[in-house]
Formats: sequence, C-alpha cells, structure tokens
Amino acid sequence: MADNKGVMIIGECVECAPVAITHELLGIGRKLADSLGEPLSAVLLADKVGDAAKNVIVFGADNVYVIESPLLKDYITDSYVDALEKLCLEVKPNILLVGQTTMGRDLAPRLAFRLGTGVTVDCIDLKIDPQTKLMVQTKPVYGGNALAEIVCEKTRPQMATVRPKTMEPLPRNDSRKGEIISFDAKLDASKIRAKFVERVKEKVEGVKLEDASVVICGGRGIGGPDNFAMLKELAKILGGALGASRPPCDNGWVPSTLQIGLTGKLVSPTLYIAIAVSGASQHLSGCSGAKNIIAVNKDPEANIFKVARYGVVGDYKKIMPPFMNKVKELLKG
Amino acid sequence: MHSIVCVKEIPDPETPASAFAIDPVAKRAIPAKDKPPVISPYDEQAVEAALRQKDAKGSKVTVISMGAPTAEKILKHSLAMGADEAFLLNDPAFEDSDSFSTAYVLALAIKKIGQFDFIFCGRQAGDFDMGQVGSGIAELLGIPSVTLAKKIESQDGKARVERAFPDGYEVVEVSTPALITVSNELGEPRYAPLKGIMAAAKKKVPVWNAKEINAEASKIGSAGRHTSMLKLFIPVRESKCEVIAGENEEDTANKLALKLREVKLI
Repeated sequence: MADNKGVMIIGECVECAPVAITHELLGIGRKLADSLGEPLSAVLLADKVGDAAKNVIVFGADNVYVIESPLLKDYITDSYVDALEKLCLEVKPNILLVGQTTMGRDLAPRLAFRLGTGVTVDCIDLKIDPQTKLMVQTKPVYGGNALAEIVCEKTRPQMATVRPKTMEPLPRNDSRKGEIISFDAKLDASKIRAKFVERVKEKVEGVKLEDASVVICGGRGIGGPDNFAMLKELAKILGGALGASRPPCDNGWVPSTLQIGLTGKLVSPTLYIAIAVSGASQHLSGCSGAKNIIAVNKDPEANIFKVARYGVVGDYKKIMPPFMNKVKELLKG
Repeated sequence: MHSIVCVKEIPDPETPASAFAIDPVAKRAIPAKDKPPVISPYDEQAVEAALRQKDAKGSKVTVISMGAPTAEKILKHSLAMGADEAFLLNDPAFEDSDSFSTAYVLALAIKKIGQFDFIFCGRQAGDFDMGQVGSGIAELLGIPSVTLAKKIESQDGKARVERAFPDGYEVVEVSTPALITVSNELGEPRYAPLKGIMAAAKKKVPVWNAKEINAEASKIGSAGRHTSMLKLFIPVRESKCEVIAGENEEDTANKLALKLREVKLI
C-alpha cells in the first residue's frame, strides 16, 4: 500500500474529444495531486483514442495511459474492468477518480471489488486531510437531506466517482508537457461475457429533469397553463429543463411528470429558478439538492426566499421578459 | 428457472426534510415517528423484474435481505407481491456494514441457496445511493453484471437487457447466470393482491446468521468494511437571501441576469 502513488482519473471521450466530466476530473485531480505532491495521470480507453490524449495533458494531466483495443469500442463492463484492473496493478495509483456517469456508475463499483478496495460514489467534494493524507470524500445521502464524509483507510487505490458539474475544470494550457504511454491490456475476447448491441436515442423534449443542470420551476402563482410557455422558453435559452411544484400539476396546467417535490422528482441542478413558487416543504425536499436557488415571487414573506441565494420580489410577468432578453444578450456576447 | 432478488429496508425516502433527523454518533438517520421503514423503491422494482420473469417463464423467485428483524416485513411484502420464498440474513455481527461487507454476506447466502439464472438488485439503495452491492455480488460470485436495466428478456442461457440512459437506452446481451440491477424506468411495481398478502402472512421467513452462511468474521459488519464514515451531518442551508432590486422591473431583471453571470451561474 505504501507503494501506491499518484492520482489517476478515468477520462471519457466522444469521437476522440474528452467530454466535460473528463475536464472536471482533471480539475479536481490536479488539486488533489498537488496537495499530495504526487503526479496526475489520466487513462483513456477506446478502439482509437486519437487526439484526446494530447487534450487531457493541456487540461492538467502529467501523463496519459492510452489503452486501445477493438474490444473497447463500446463500453462493456468486463472489457473495461479487465483493462483497468491490469493498469492499476501495474501503475498502483493512490487515488482513482471516475465520473458519476452512466459508465462510471457501472464501472467504479465492479472495479473497486475487483481491486479489493473501497469506492464512494457521487461525491460532490474531495479533499486531502492535511494530517492523515487520506482523501476525504463527501457525498449526499438520504435524498440530499444529509452529507456523509467517507475515507478509505486500509486499501488502495482510494476510489471515488464524482458528480458531474461539481468540480472546476482547468483552463487550457498549451505549454503543458506530458508523456503519452500506450498500455497493452492484452484483453481476451473469450472473457467478455456481455455484448454491446446498439444504442437507441429517444426523442425527449429538452433535457431530462433529474439530470438537468438548470431547472426552471413554476408554481401556483403562474396562474394557468398558457404562461408556462414563457418558462419553457427560459429553460430552452439556458439549456435546462422545465419543472413545476404540485399545484400546476394537480391543476393540469402541466403534465404530472414535471412535478418536483416529495411525491414527484428529486432534482439537483446547479441553478434552480423558482418562479411564483411559494416554497411549501414538500416542494423544497424535491429541490434541496439544488446548489443555487433563485426565487421570483410577489410575496416577500414566501418560504422560498428562506432557501434562495438570490431573490426578486415582484410580478414574474413583468420581470421575466426583460430578464430573458438580458440573458440571451449575455449568452451571445 | 430461478431468480434471486436482494432487497433492503431503508428509512422512508418520502420523509420531509423538516422531519428528517440523524444520530451523528451512530451515523445514521433516525426514522421519523409516523414513517415506518420501507423497501427501497428500486429494490421493489427488482422484485417486479423477477416477477415478470416468473410471469413469462414460470420461474421461481427467491427474495433475500440482510437487515434488522424488522426487515421481515419487506420480505413478506415481496412474498405478497408474488415471490415464492424469502430468507432474512440477520446477525448482530452484520451491523455497521458498508457495501463491501453487505455484498459479501449476500453472495454467501446466494451460494447457500444454490443454482440460479438471475440475481436482481435495485440500481441503488434509496438511502445511501451507493449502487455498489449488485456489482459487488456479481464480482464475488464471478458472474457478469448489467446495471440500470429497464427491460429484460431471457432465452436460451442469454438475456437481452435494455439499459436506461439519460437520452434513451442501450441494448446489451449477456450470458446467464447474470446479475442485473434494475432502474426505475422498468415501471411501477405491482400491488400485492389481498390473496397474496394472506398467503404471505402464513409463510415462514427463515433467518440465517453468520455461522449458517459460513461467513468469516473479518469480512462481515464493520470488520469487513473497506470504507469508513468520518461524519454524517445535515448541511447548514444558506438562509441569507440576497434581494436583487432595481429602479423598475426591467432594471431588476438586468441586475439579476448580470448577477447570475458574475457568479458564473449562466
């Protein structure tokens, strides 16, 4: 265990380009590596990795392990776990970070069991304890009602999956140099017990509420079905999803699938704009995971202001149109 | 054919934040008075997935849970829904388990039960949302795992599984025996019919302890943990709301937009 050194992140790419979570993992990985005085490496697995390797270096990695094989073209548990097990046994990282993505959710637990170590999933904060030098892993539990701080003392690597959009990526730095190391995982096709068949994209209008990083939520004060068009438009501008508290759903102004709250969906966006929402506790438990709540409400005493970071007291019908124009202008510029 | 389902008893996830309390020393939630513990919702869907196999293929369904004696209730619930038999894994030595010691105990119990085609688990428990026990059991038993399933079709030693993705689904074919974790996209679990409830009430749920599944003391409960919890706490919510106000509505709207840009929210 004393041998284990360095922070390693498992990158994800689409068509040879690292996706957002990869940059976020590099950002937090760099921080952890620097506070330990250890190197940061990235791993990329694909049939062809291409330019992605150079890209992760300019975004923070000291070196990149490239594992290429036709068996890694699409994510399959067995092939990815086998390849990463072999790499980890050779490189012996101290810390291993994965994104809490569809891939990471599947990969990280199985890999942790394979390596005989522990993993904390869906972390929103990671830091090194100055005394113990252990990685302290913070994750929401009980539907976001509480936070747990977890460490992995006895086994290595210390593994965590990181919730998307919780970590800052680093700016691109083209002067960064790093080594690209090709790793032959010697994958054996006969040991891969599952086969990828196809991926089917379903047409969903906009972004899925539970996964959205921006949620625009309308409440009873919206007053009727027609005015939700304005909220929908704002959601579209911000690349977010439209939601509602219970009254608009109960009244049939919007489909009940949009309901956020105790008996509806639990959301955890970075930005939650609550428009004409009073803030009943059953609603707040559905959006308590939101990192920044912005409230627009006529009633200055509304409960929603108690949990909001920024608030506007006023009539949403008069506030939202100029707000949307300004947002559009800022996003363009 | 035989399916085994693993279920967990958790504090009711519908407990409102105002009634939610934790014991910071024991590092767990204190169940709200009027909210008895429930079967983890994803696990109930795992029972549903197994029952759909039973409907289609007439396969036997066995349900197991590691937990307190009160977890018999969720096993009876699974029996009432249509499962054939259930076992409770209870031993004071199992207490304070993490995902690793839990998977170890469940894997041993499955070995004791014997031959199976499928193991179904919920995609994650509705309390700690770790989503590791399923993959862990598969790893310990040396069988393939497919996670986040929304549809499972089985035939001739193979299963075709649709995995729920944020923007659709992915189709994977896997050889059986296999472990499948079930996502909420599978659909609503069935109601337990009155006949089922009455039949379940009469069924015995055998209880197995550590010795009966040949568990090694160093691998169960807190001794078998790979991770330790330093702290469990309720985060202090920012109660300071900064009110944005301008000379008129348009000015207020502009100020709000600029503020959100300044703090990088847009």
